[in-house]
Amino acid sequence: MKPTTATRARTLLRDPVVIAAVIAILLVVVGGILKPGFASPDQIVNMLRVASFLGIIAIGQTIVVLSGGEGIDLSVGTVATLGAILASRTMNGSDALLVPGILLAVGVAALIGLANGLGIVLLRIPPFVMTLGMLGVVGGLILVVTGGVADGRAAPSLVQLVNGRDVLGIPGILLVWALLAVVVTLVLRRTTFGMQLYATGSGREAARLSGVPVGRVTVTAYVLSSIFAALGGIAMVGYSQQVFLNLANDLTLPSIAAVVIGGTLVAGGVGGYLGSAIGAIVLTVLTSLLTTLSMPEWARIVVQGVVLIALLAVYGRQRKLRT
Amino acid sequence: MTQTPTVAAIEERRPLTERLGRVRVASWATAALLIVAVVAAVALQPNLLSPYGVASTFATFLPLVLVAVAQAIVVIGGGLDLSAGAIVALSSVVAVQVMQGEAGSVPLGFLTAIGVGLACGIVNGLVVSRLRLQPLIATFATASVFSGLALLVLPSPGGTVPAIITGTFRQAVGGVPVSVLLVVAVAAGWLVVRHLRIMRHIRATGGGPAAAFASLVPVAGAQLASYAICGVICGLAGLAVLGNSGSGDPFIGGDLALNSVAAVVVGGIALRGGIGSPIGAIAGAITLSLASTILFALSLPTSWRALAAGLVVILALALSALGAPRRQR
Repeated sequence: MKPTTATRARTLLRDPVVIAAVIAILLVVVGGILKPGFASPDQIVNMLRVASFLGIIAIGQTIVVLSGGEGIDLSVGTVATLGAILASRTMNGSDALLVPGILLAVGVAALIGLANGLGIVLLRIPPFVMTLGMLGVVGGLILVVTGGVADGRAAPSLVQLVNGRDVLGIPGILLVWALLAVVVTLVLRRTTFGMQLYATGSGREAARLSGVPVGRVTVTAYVLSSIFAALGGIAMVGYSQQVFLNLANDLTLPSIAAVVIGGTLVAGGVGGYLGSAIGAIVLTVLTSLLTTLSMPEWARIVVQGVVLIALLAVYGRQRKLRT
Repeated sequence: MTQTPTVAAIEERRPLTERLGRVRVASWATAALLIVAVVAAVALQPNLLSPYGVASTFATFLPLVLVAVAQAIVVIGGGLDLSAGAIVALSSVVAVQVMQGEAGSVPLGFLTAIGVGLACGIVNGLVVSRLRLQPLIATFATASVFSGLALLVLPSPGGTVPAIITGTFRQAVGGVPVSVLLVVAVAAGWLVVRHLRIMRHIRATGGGPAAAFASLVPVAGAQLASYAICGVICGLAGLAVLGNSGSGDPFIGGDLALNSVAAVVVGGIALRGGIGSPIGAIAGAITLSLASTILFALSLPTSWRALAAGLVVILALALSALGAPRRQR
């Protein structure tokens, strides 16, 4: 039977990515009605810019969740902070040292991701436990590196990339994010690694029997997760220009929330990055909507929690036991 | 429908040796870690064994011990509660506001703290069991709700706790500090509770929801119950926080939830559910708390202390996770 327009529309409306996108647009529209100026192009670009940090961190989180085996990375927030601290100390306000700073941050992050991956694959420590422990270790590393005082400044070109409006009036970081999104989606959908990642996430044993190097794929997923976390942290320094000891620590759980809102199954093997990117936008628009409505802090936190539950209840539900 | 044996019944029919073999490794790692921690802590700080040392040590440990037990029950039921810390914060600040430092309203304060904990737990349980949301992300969301409410009730740290609570907390009954008695009472309470049908249902649900469902276990009810029990114990933990600190603090919950998960893992409880005992979680909580005592006593440079603590925790987590029985391949 040929799918009619109606059924096609119905399947489209059930697609979590579409739902998330609709919610994001609705939030912007509601914001625009409640607070004139909220939906202005300028403000939208601003929100997207803030969403890009969470979005870049969510790239790695998506890959880890897709790899299955209860995959989750609780250390991304602190790794992002560490990356930001290492990069800003190295560049210290000079463009010439921007690249070494980024390389150092990414290199250290890769080692942390490698440790996560090896612990999970070789020692078979559950991902939740391994990355929870790593959260504490990286928090300690941050104190050792900084001695408790964060210093260093972002390079002017990094600040310009995030805060400037260079390309057709939009900040360069949005182009970087868009480019990353395209590349990641292509890697996930079109490369051998992507296929192996989905296969691993859908069923480790089946993947292993089909010749997928399950261990190597899993380790790679955690290494990528830490690398993208560090990149997200560096982008954040471009925004704040100064680094703080807990700069990105609070982005861990939102990164997981973005992945879930984006329709990636927590069980692994199903989903993609586009949804997570939109999930990051939804969360950022929600936060800035609640902030612009000048609610008291407690109400903002409460509403954020309630809306997150409502969002998840729309489509993030798990299967019924009774079928 | 024919009689279907419950999962718990099947579990009990396994050969004793096999059951021991499955349990022993993890508990062994937990016990070893606890002994090492106690020996190291006492060697470094001999006055830890003085009556005052024991009393104040246990008093500081009690909140984490209670939250770890609460977390253990949820984890055994196959769930996870990231809002445990926020429940502790909310129930403690509500209790502070209800009591207003008056000794006469202490019973009311106790009931309030427990009631708030129960209400929060029921919210979590309904969200997880009826809305069928992923526990991790659902309780992250409810944690946001609870800590927002805590800020509403008490915007900044303060308030006074009736002196009778803080006083009793530091006293001793027959030479045994009250804080120690409370930890023992928690353990004893578990020994009673674990034989209840609802606990068997919770364990069966954690072991495999589909199998439990097929064995006529009320899975949704068991999940709801596990979060509700967790909430009540977190309410008690809120009271312990008050007894310990003497004032309310809406931000107290910060690290409690993740620390309680760490304590649960060190206690030999598998995060995938169905296996372990809250007694292990008590041991895990004491081990982790002692670890920071030890690191403090080692007089490491301040900036290195957090790294050392992180490495010790990851080591303890790794050892316990290695000791835990693995999923069959």
